[in-house]
Amino acid sequence: MAMNSIWQYANPKRFMTVSGYALPPLAVASAAFLIAGLYWGFFLTPEDFKQGTSVKIMFVHVPSVIMATGTWFMMLIASLIWYVRRHHVSALAAKAAAPIGMTFTLMGLATGAIWGQPTWGTWWEWDPQLTSFLILFLFYLGYMALWEAIEEPDTAADLTAVLCVVGSIFALLSRYAVLFWSQGIHQAASFSLDKEENVDNAYALPLLICFIGFMLLFITLLLLRTRAEIRLRRVAALEARERMSDA
Amino acid sequence: MPDLGFYATAVLSAYGISLVSLAAIILASIRRGAMARRRLAEAEAREAAK
Repeated sequence: MAMNSIWQYANPKRFMTVSGYALPPLAVASAAFLIAGLYWGFFLTPEDFKQGTSVKIMFVHVPSVIMATGTWFMMLIASLIWYVRRHHVSALAAKAAAPIGMTFTLMGLATGAIWGQPTWGTWWEWDPQLTSFLILFLFYLGYMALWEAIEEPDTAADLTAVLCVVGSIFALLSRYAVLFWSQGIHQAASFSLDKEENVDNAYALPLLICFIGFMLLFITLLLLRTRAEIRLRRVAALEARERMSDA
Repeated sequence: MPDLGFYATAVLSAYGISLVSLAAIILASIRRGAMARRRLAEAEAREAAK
């Protein structure tokens, strides 16, 4: 019964109705969390004893990096659902998520380089985690280009799903390489269940609020863009029907 | 405005790039949504006129 209730949202009409109701409160909540988290992080957090005020970069860098890899995994799940159940909404959701994930990845790369310069003394290092993250960015570009290059939407969904599976290796590496690849310069995660590893509460709370804001923004934009993709698919179907009736 | 000291350029540029990137993807998503809605309305109007 619970599984049946999930799949009912794969119906485009049902998806449009539910997402139409969900969008306004989601947009307000994401704005509220983002403004609160970024304000707290920028204006109210203390200097770190080692990193000084550069620690404030964490509030934009860490959520964007987590969301960059998280978006790819969401695309992977949506692509697998497309493969197994052939639900068009899931393929269109994966397509809709890519530009959002690409933006988070670009933010992560830029803010990481800016943070790395004063912290490590270099903008960039060919470290396993950083390199995997750069490759993930290239996968995002390739994924979006592949959708645009193939005219037949089902074929595009099939091929981009394969690309998504391959790219997941780099998404995994970009998040976890630091745990098993000891030659990198990147430190371990800022969020951890281990209290010794976790950042101090003075930073953890605003960081958590920023992360919730980024996640809510992602969901809001995902719904908005998926709705656009569903409408454009309907346009394509109507235009194809027009062409057939004109011929 | 907090005193950012030595790291002022780094912190301000990181926040600047992030805010511009977020604004760009939000605007692009809103514009794509509006474009899709307009094109669907036009296509449905043509369909109804037949």
